Amino acid sequence: MNDAAPHDALDDNRQGLIGTPVDRVDGRLKVMGQATYAHEVQEGGPTAYGFIVEATIAKGTVSQIDVTDAERCEGVYLVMTHHNAPKQAPWGPLLAKDRFARSAPQLANNRVDHYGQAVAFVVAGSFEQARSAARLIKIRYAESAGRFELAPNLDRAVIPAGRPGREADSRVGNFEPAFASSTLQIDARFTTPVQMHAQMEPHATLAYWKDGQVIVHCSSQLLMSAKNAVANTLRIAPERVRVVSRFIGGGFGGKLPIYGDVILSAMAARILKCPVKTALTRQQMFHFTTHRSDTIQRVRLGANADGRLNAIAHETWSHSASFDNFYESAGMQTRTLYAAAHRLTTHRSVSLDLPVSDSTRAPGEAVGMLALEQAMDELAEQVGIDPIELRVRNEPLQDPERNIPFSSRQLIACMQDGATRFGWSRRNAKHSAVKEGNLWVGMGMAAATRGNLLQPSKCAVQFDDQGVLTVRMAMTDIGTGSYTIFTQVAAEMMGVPMAQVRMEMGDTDFPPTPGSGGSFGAASAGSGLFDACTQLRTKFARKFGVNAKDVTFAGGRISGAGRSETLASLAGSRGLDAVGEIKPGAMVKKFSQQSYGAHFAEVTVDGDTGEIRLRRMIGVFAAGRILNLKTATSQAVGAMIWGVGAALHEHAVIDPRYGYFVNHDLAEYHVPTHADIPAIEAYFLPEFDDKTNPLKIKGVGELGICGAGAAIANAVYNACGVRTRDFPLTLDKVIAGLKLQNTLSTAGVPPHFKS
Amino acid sequence: MKSFSFEQPATVQAAAASLATHADAKFIAGGTNLLDLMKLEIEAPTHLIDINRLGLDQIETTDDGGVRIGAMVRNSDLAAHSRIRIDYAVLSRALLSGASGQLRNKATTGGNLLQRTRCYYFYDTARPCNKRVAGSGCSAVAGFNRMHAILGASDQCIAVHPSDMAVAMRLLDAEVETINGSGVRRVIPIAEFHRLPATTPHLETNLRRDEMITGVKLPAPLPGRQTYRKVRDRASYAFALISVAAVIDASGERAQSARIALGGVAHKPWRVESAELGLSGATINVKSIDAVTDQLLAGARAYSDNDFKLALVRRTVHAAVAEILKNSPQWK
Amino acid sequence: MISNLNIIDEGAEFFEISRRNMLKVSAAMFSAPLAERVMSASPPAPSGVRSRDLTQPARTHPPVMLPVALNVNGRQFDVRIDSRTTLLDALRETLAMKGSKKGCDHGQCGACTVLLGGRRINACLTLAVMHDGEPITTIEGLSNGNPLHPMQAAFLKHDGFQCGYCTPGQICSAIGMLDEAQRGVPSHVTENLSVAAVPLTQQEIRERMSGNLCRCSAYPNIVAAIGDAAGVSP
Repeated sequence: MNDAAPHDALDDNRQGLIGTPVDRVDGRLKVMGQATYAHEVQEGGPTAYGFIVEATIAKGTVSQIDVTDAERCEGVYLVMTHHNAPKQAPWGPLLAKDRFARSAPQLANNRVDHYGQAVAFVVAGSFEQARSAARLIKIRYAESAGRFELAPNLDRAVIPAGRPGREADSRVGNFEPAFASSTLQIDARFTTPVQMHAQMEPHATLAYWKDGQVIVHCSSQLLMSAKNAVANTLRIAPERVRVVSRFIGGGFGGKLPIYGDVILSAMAARILKCPVKTALTRQQMFHFTTHRSDTIQRVRLGANADGRLNAIAHETWSHSASFDNFYESAGMQTRTLYAAAHRLTTHRSVSLDLPVSDSTRAPGEAVGMLALEQAMDELAEQVGIDPIELRVRNEPLQDPERNIPFSSRQLIACMQDGATRFGWSRRNAKHSAVKEGNLWVGMGMAAATRGNLLQPSKCAVQFDDQGVLTVRMAMTDIGTGSYTIFTQVAAEMMGVPMAQVRMEMGDTDFPPTPGSGGSFGAASAGSGLFDACTQLRTKFARKFGVNAKDVTFAGGRISGAGRSETLASLAGSRGLDAVGEIKPGAMVKKFSQQSYGAHFAEVTVDGDTGEIRLRRMIGVFAAGRILNLKTATSQAVGAMIWGVGAALHEHAVIDPRYGYFVNHDLAEYHVPTHADIPAIEAYFLPEFDDKTNPLKIKGVGELGICGAGAAIANAVYNACGVRTRDFPLTLDKVIAGLKLQNTLSTAGVPPHFKS
Repeated sequence: MKSFSFEQPATVQAAAASLATHADAKFIAGGTNLLDLMKLEIEAPTHLIDINRLGLDQIETTDDGGVRIGAMVRNSDLAAHSRIRIDYAVLSRALLSGASGQLRNKATTGGNLLQRTRCYYFYDTARPCNKRVAGSGCSAVAGFNRMHAILGASDQCIAVHPSDMAVAMRLLDAEVETINGSGVRRVIPIAEFHRLPATTPHLETNLRRDEMITGVKLPAPLPGRQTYRKVRDRASYAFALISVAAVIDASGERAQSARIALGGVAHKPWRVESAELGLSGATINVKSIDAVTDQLLAGARAYSDNDFKLALVRRTVHAAVAEILKNSPQWK
Repeated sequence: MISNLNIIDEGAEFFEISRRNMLKVSAAMFSAPLAERVMSASPPAPSGVRSRDLTQPARTHPPVMLPVALNVNGRQFDVRIDSRTTLLDALRETLAMKGSKKGCDHGQCGACTVLLGGRRINACLTLAVMHDGEPITTIEGLSNGNPLHPMQAAFLKHDGFQCGYCTPGQICSAIGMLDEAQRGVPSHVTENLSVAAVPLTQQEIRERMSGNLCRCSAYPNIVAAIGDAAGVSP
């Protein structure tokens, strides 16, 4: 992608499939319970069941492990520990180009690097026997002291290795003196806690070997990375690994890496010569898989009296596992969102002995915007202007740090549209001004932004003499709607009904794609598909004998030069096929690419108990061309609800004595329930971004979370005057700042009962 | 989960007798807490006695105008029963504020009383817990104790009883009816059913080893209006941070009687009858309610993460009482 | 202690791998009769297990295997099953009905919701052996797809799911929930307990469905779907 995308068949949209809110093509399978997730695959013969034994210390070594009782258990086929585990490649490399393809050995030695790491693996003929035998393993540890908390270890923070264009720090102008001389100053410290992906489907693997190749059905967002990770770990050629993930029960970043369920099952299947399947328990997921790091953030805004920013700084700290180099890029959006002459953003990483932190839905923005957009709300109040007007006054004409144009940017338009839809004008700018009975009522808003990405991707298409277009790519649908939108794109490109498209994904035997992550899936795999279809159209035109630009594809036919023929007959018995490809190019350097939006929330705060309830929420987004209004809206609404969770509920609590997350189940790690979520609406503004990719789309899946929680926090402040900078906003933090009201005197009780 | 033998006795007497003859036997009713714990081997019975086919699922009016609730009456059926909804609304409300529709369809009256704490450390077999392993220590006292007790705790255990239903039953002065393997029946006032942890946190109730709960008896309905106010970290499907059950008969300027019980604050539903006497015949106002709350909270101690509960109890008592007064028809 | 178990390069022939596309495979699975072979509780040991591992020393902790007649979706399955097997694992592993999902295995998510005698329960928190002869309905029993059950159709129409993993539980729960509401069972948000008929508002649906988590957070669409299926105006 080195130039702007030209006008194309999707712009013509002759069949009208692009943008149409069609039902998901895999929807029938899902509502019938017939979609088959990894643990449900039955292949390769009778299956043995694996169960992982986790370390119950956070740092140290296994000094003794006695598996005698477990091995003697009826039905137990194998007990694997570091004593007998097959030799694997060492972990890493740290500086891998694809960190999700790193070697990830299991039971390699007796060292424990984090709580919940695998220390043994039991395989038995039944799940019940494997689980109970696992409990019979006796383990002694030599425990060493570890570091588990961010705040007390900030003095050990290091500058993480960035990459070109995403360096850890950025400086423009001279922030410190500019801030010091600003008329209005906001200097606020925010904290966000560790959060969990908490996908509904626990990570699971079915692995078996056939003809020297290991077939791994697992729950992976990135199939090619998974394939390479398995190959790297087991020290076998990538061709000897096939990874299949046809349905994935939620990813959110937590299924970017592979985990021990994959490696242990693959190794055991090799040894036992039978399929082995292993699922993590819900409790294991908290430590065995990755999480979103907690963050500490300092935001400083220096503005003149009318709110124009002169200085903006966003300094962030997050943690990374002791052996890893991940950091939460919480300050990145601050480089592009608002104009200011003097700018500073920093990222610092603290190495802790916690489980591995990594990407969680909208890494960076999801938590960075919680801080930045609360600070902006505070500034608006100081200036005495509407929060939207504050953003209008600080709207940059171009990327304020890279000094290049935006590919497209409708931030203010989203805010204005949202304000109308929401009834923002009814907001009382003064906090604690609206009360309904016992409830304080408030409204808040925040901006949304998320970086847009494009990755290399390939796709194979084949058209047969039955008029069926088969699309193959090693792409995943983690609930985003990939199966559906690619079916729409393919059908529209080739002028065939959607029912004539066979979308085959989720298998590394198909051409490589980057998979689903970072909101790059639709753009990348979709562009590979677009290119494949474009080439196929050219082949059809050639066979038809008319120049490609002079033909049309509709109704399963190709037409031009006064003639028309069915594609099926033209394809013939040998069919016609093509392989397409997309590569990112100069456009990412020429244009600053982000999607934008605005969130509006209304909350109530119980005057007695401090309980916060969301009443309604509206998000308006501009994210390029929308391929399917139904699935895109669902993505946006779902992400906004993640924002609700981040604002009000989610908090994996670290117990620094043990180095683990205390509340490691779904009863105590609270994600929103139905009852927490009222009507939430998401809208998209029309947008066609020809600088981003051939489809002229932007990523949709993560945008909705960015800023959503800040809108809620701002609404809470507007409701009751309590500004909580430490997430989540639980009621204890609210009542700490909420004056005890005389409910008894104001509850409509007759005068003689009043005090 | 450890292996266990399994039986489905046909009569109450056979079930009780079986319990007496198996050393590590447990009854399984709804199973919603027991299996949860067995999967983690926090409970590891070697024999399970399924009591789902014994009947004990009736709600009957008693001679004194109260009701007898069979031990196997499901939480959802109890909450939906017309008599309970009208005469014991606090019990319906408490039940409906707990768990989920699915769990309430399974969970039973007897089982709910025997629910075990949700203390994170009790649930984690890798951590010390005096309740799980006597003498191993309490991880919660100096750990994360947001959900934990502020009343009646000991340095050995600061866990709370998680039941909403039991709080309402405590308010209503319910009685727990039991039978043992020899057929001997016993009635245990709810106030004496649950225990404080003291030095024996592993003992949660005064149910004897060989006893089986057959039912719960509620006395004749109380005059006045009832409410159950549960405060939790999300809108539904969460255990209480605290809860307040209250009934006030204020059919004039003064309260004829009032009762207040607290959940989520102690190892058992918390009620101080002597404090309630202060409300009898008194004007209900901030002062009189605060005076009762002061007595309810006498000796309260928080453990850092749950400091907020002290203020929250007072605030929620205010809210609950205000709700009752507001809804009392004589003031409409 | 078993000695080092290295991965060696010998080829082991297994069963033919299915390479048909997923839509075809899944559709075929539905119409195929359930394999009777899954009734065997103790599969033969895999060939890779060395005989000494199986015989020496004597095996301990044998499972307690019990006969039970599971009545699922109108069909009776006579199986011998480990006393520890939950109803959920019996459905998924023993009967190969994978529609009911395991999300937490502790009654904290609702993905395993099935209907027991028409009442919704968490299949993960009950034992298979406790349900001899009792009628159980799972997502597979709601329809054969032609047509879809009205609740399934409503979920499809309203996009009441994304990844689809919680969906069978949501749908079964919704059906059980509507029946409860019809029977006048109140909820936490029911204002007046003294009236027998409870109006089914959106707020009522949300509270009653709260035992079914959806991390994709399709909640508003799920509520819309249920409201549509139940004839509740938005």
